[in-house]
Amino acid sequence: MNATASELLAVQGSRVLRDDTTVFAGVGVPLLAAALAQQRHAPKLTMVIEGGIIGPRIKPGRLPISTNEMRAGHRAQMLPGITDTFLFAQRGFLDYGFMGGAQIDQHGNVNTSVLGVDYWKPKVRLPGTGGANDIASLCKEVIILTVHEKRRFVPRVDFVTSPAWLDGGDARRRAGLPFGGVSRVVTTLGIFGFDPETRRMRLDALHPGVTREQVREQTGFPLLEAATVAVTEPPSADELAMLRALDPERRFLG
Amino acid sequence: MGDPALRPAEWDFVAARRRLEDKPKSAGEKLTSIDAAAGHVADGDRIAVGGCLFSRTPLALVREVLRARRRGLTLVRNLMCTEGELMMAAGAVERVMTAWMSIGLPWGVSKVMRHYVESGAVALEEWSHLALGLRFRAAAMGVPFVPALTMLGSDLVAVGGMKTVADPYSGETLAAVPALFPDVALLHVHRADRFGNCQIDGYPHMDADIARAAATVLVTTEELITDDETRRHPDRTVLPGFLVDALVHVPFGSFPHECYGLYEADFDHFSEYTASIDARGPEAAVGDYLVRYVYGPPTWDDYLDLFGGERLAKQQRSAKELTQ
Repeated sequence: MNATASELLAVQGSRVLRDDTTVFAGVGVPLLAAALAQQRHAPKLTMVIEGGIIGPRIKPGRLPISTNEMRAGHRAQMLPGITDTFLFAQRGFLDYGFMGGAQIDQHGNVNTSVLGVDYWKPKVRLPGTGGANDIASLCKEVIILTVHEKRRFVPRVDFVTSPAWLDGGDARRRAGLPFGGVSRVVTTLGIFGFDPETRRMRLDALHPGVTREQVREQTGFPLLEAATVAVTEPPSADELAMLRALDPERRFLG
Repeated sequence: MGDPALRPAEWDFVAARRRLEDKPKSAGEKLTSIDAAAGHVADGDRIAVGGCLFSRTPLALVREVLRARRRGLTLVRNLMCTEGELMMAAGAVERVMTAWMSIGLPWGVSKVMRHYVESGAVALEEWSHLALGLRFRAAAMGVPFVPALTMLGSDLVAVGGMKTVADPYSGETLAAVPALFPDVALLHVHRADRFGNCQIDGYPHMDADIARAAATVLVTTEELITDDETRRHPDRTVLPGFLVDALVHVPFGSFPHECYGLYEADFDHFSEYTASIDARGPEAAVGDYLVRYVYGPPTWDDYLDLFGGERLAKQQRSAKELTQ
């Protein structure tokens, strides 16, 4: 069974999530990843959605379009206010957060604000941070899910909307963020981590059939490589069937 | 226009408190007409809009502010949707303060926002979602800032002019998220009595903090209840009547946005609206939309007639399915 890019990201993203944890899930692929993990290997995972939703049960075929609407809150266990929802993360209750973005740099910082050098005169105005900056600042571990393209993987983002390791080394710590950070970047080509000293992005695993050359070609900065670069397990028929049942209209699976 | 400096009126907690002390805080009648309610908004005001994205947006009030042809407004809303686009295209706002603006993933990045912000006609001052929530919360608490652990190290700090503060106990660096005291709050709720005691079902969003933060509070309600009903379920009241300045009874007051449990957002309407923008560009398409939906129909009932009863009933059924 061949997986689309979104299916690959949802499956690989779901496998990162352990049982007995909590995850901040945005709409689209992150929510599908969390719902799949919950059905397969992490039944004691709680989803939290930034519109102020704790523990929803997503209705197959009625996937939410925004984080702040009735579809997102379907059969939820609690509807706190938005500010209080984020404060659960500031207190330390949120294990994982998912993110994506227009630009990602070698230290994992993400830009979803503006393209161009002057914020006030942007070449392209993007929608903005929403809760991404808060998720990047406050969750225990952040996972980036993204299509792997050279125009996205830039040496330095035009604008740091969501901080990962900033300029590398202990820059995050010095900025006042003594915890959290991006642990993994899951892309359509492979899985990436960060060197614990320099906090530069490192190739950890390739998806089956993908070469190191392909990854280098699609990355706008020099990548570190793990001593042993693993090969990921492709999405199973089981995983794909469950995923497709959640989004029968293929609104987010492409 | 694009200066990053915080304006002192945003965080001046002493001035904001004096303004409230000088204001009547009546337990009396708050019911009024929609145009009288919108009459509380002046040119140049900083207005905060309740709800979030396309959920419980006070669209009847937004429409009336636009009909009054207000100018030079600063619009504050954590996530902005079509109401922000209408305000931009109408020339009502010169600055928006938000964490995110567009309708939602299926409709892509807002072309209206891109047009007005990239051309410099409107300044978009971006804060993180939590930071905006804490700005309202600090104001609701009556203090000039609250310490927090968000936005640190990011380029958002310079955009909004946020400062940091050293924790007097541990020495750690903290974000000093500044209060934001709006001149006026526009809110839509599920039910209220004539004295302005308001109840909200489902997502509370940031409405309770926004109402406490603002100098003037204008509310529309889906349902008007009796004083006796309020007193039977006082635990459900989220806004006490004494902080509400004007209340208007407006069923479907958020449509085509959603109201939890009552009606789902009209996604087909969003698609028709964005298709017209794709075809004709933001100025022409939204300009015509304003004539058809805002300046044209004299009353909210006339406005709802443009959608038709069948469409409203369908969205009501859909909401029931999702929340029961």
